[in-house]
Amino acid sequence: MDWQALIRKLVRGLLTVWVVVTFTFVALNLSGDPIEALVGDQASPEVVQQYRQKFGLDRPLWEQYVSYLQNLVQGDFGLSLSDQRPATELIEEALPYTLRLGLTAFGLGLLAGLALGIVAALHRNRPVDRFVMSFAVLGFSLPNFFLGILLILLFSLHLRMLPSAGADTIWHLILPAITLGTHFAGVFARFTRSAMLEVLNRQYMVAARAKGAPQARRVLWHALPNAAIPIITIVGLKLGDLVAGSIIVETVFGWPGVGRLLIGAVTSRDFAVVQAILILTAITMVLSNLAVDFFYTLVDPRMRSARKEG
Amino acid sequence: MSLVLPRKWKKPAADRPERRYPALVVMALIFVVLLLGVACLADVLAPYDYRTQALRLRLAPPVFLGGTSAHWLGTDELGRDILSRLLYAIRFSILVALGGTAIGALVGTALGFLAAHFRGLVEEAIMMLADVQASLPFLLIALALIAVFGGSFMLFILIMGFYGWEVFARLTRGVVISARNQGYAVAVTALGASPWQLYSKHILPNILSVLIVQFTLNFPQVILLETSLSFLGLGIRPPLTSLGQMLGAGRAFLTTAWWIAIFPGTIIFLTTMSISIVGDWIRDRLDPALR
Repeated sequence: MDWQALIRKLVRGLLTVWVVVTFTFVALNLSGDPIEALVGDQASPEVVQQYRQKFGLDRPLWEQYVSYLQNLVQGDFGLSLSDQRPATELIEEALPYTLRLGLTAFGLGLLAGLALGIVAALHRNRPVDRFVMSFAVLGFSLPNFFLGILLILLFSLHLRMLPSAGADTIWHLILPAITLGTHFAGVFARFTRSAMLEVLNRQYMVAARAKGAPQARRVLWHALPNAAIPIITIVGLKLGDLVAGSIIVETVFGWPGVGRLLIGAVTSRDFAVVQAILILTAITMVLSNLAVDFFYTLVDPRMRSARKEG
Repeated sequence: MSLVLPRKWKKPAADRPERRYPALVVMALIFVVLLLGVACLADVLAPYDYRTQALRLRLAPPVFLGGTSAHWLGTDELGRDILSRLLYAIRFSILVALGGTAIGALVGTALGFLAAHFRGLVEEAIMMLADVQASLPFLLIALALIAVFGGSFMLFILIMGFYGWEVFARLTRGVVISARNQGYAVAVTALGASPWQLYSKHILPNILSVLIVQFTLNFPQVILLETSLSFLGLGIRPPLTSLGQMLGAGRAFLTTAWWIAIFPGTIIFLTTMSISIVGDWIRDRLDPALR
């Protein structure tokens, strides 16, 4: 990727974050008077006026917008309604849990998906392939909240093998990680299969076979790197699904991560926490998209000099 | 590969195209039709009203687990008939998803036409908004909107309509731009048709199949979105019901009455899978490139 393309992507990312931030500001202003919500409708006009001055709500809208932006840049997203702590502090506490669950699930899904996809591609249109692909379809059509409930029913309530809620031990991680990972395993299996099928019949594969390379080496050394581009693309595209999925899975399993924090905040209409999570997720998504773009260039030398195509 | 192979070499037996109507597609299609029928006739088919409570009969098991035929699928924690609730839940979920997908398709298609017509700044702005929406998981956007504006039913449908517009906008923009340069469009313009006539009478019918495919692909996504939000207690709320709302409410009774959650969950799963299968099949049939 040349510099021009990189800068263009950066600008686009910044614009995305700016749109999200502005959207939150507008939405919050449209949602009604925050002071009324804070002091109740019984309060006297003087008290309301005092609060307005305290929070700067008596100033013109654009001044509020500027100071809003300034606060955000300094990492100040406001105080949580529930316990008056900074919203960022709450997120900081929840984030390690979300990362632990998300990365485990994503890793499991990627490994299982790659393995299944390769096996399916090598046995194209044979029973193994059909079986694997049925599993893949099942994996990504089962809504994660339903899969989670089925797993709880089977492993927690029926077999009594695994805990159904909490995050105290490694055992607590198993069910949510499987729930979240199954979807990705299904998606990645399908993509790996088709990406592998693209390359398996290429002439360099025939050449590798002719020179006597064993199958494992042919698949992992010759085919997989060439199939990597579409697989990386889909991995990048699925990061958003990971965020959305973990919101639901964390709620199903009582996992104390950012997703459950968000649902709690939405239910109690704790705006500071909601906007902090929204904006920080937007930034994360933009950065990870850039990272995926950058990763392409590492995997595919052709992209380094490729024309800027946005 | 420049090697030209004789025809029969090119397609070994295992690679032959599938039959025109694979059994799975037929089954999925039947299920979708049944579902739509149930959604239309919920009030006729349901043995009870979905809100009627009978506290003395609460948590009754379904008939195959020793229940009575008064409540085929048992009752929930308030003694409401699960079969009746299920039928109405199907109706509400399908209705919300249809409404949402339709709004998204209309708005997105219109914006796609605008982008293709005006190009320049209008196009840039629309495409940037599409980029923003595509770069964030929609569940998050929906949750933020619900947090700010509360959970009224109309707003919820609007939020569902907000989903997926960007896919329609991108798609429409692309096909309209390429269609405008095709012979028929140039000819119609040369004959003096206004842009409106060109778009509505000539280009739209030509790109309709692409849009219909996108509609069937978006529809199960919107169902999943609705059921997810209702499951979390933030979508369709009591006294109304939906498949996700039933599943979420049934979660509390997994130990004593698992059927409350399992029936709606199974329906959600079968619905999204069937519609996806049918949608994929239509796409493969309509897209000559994939044939």
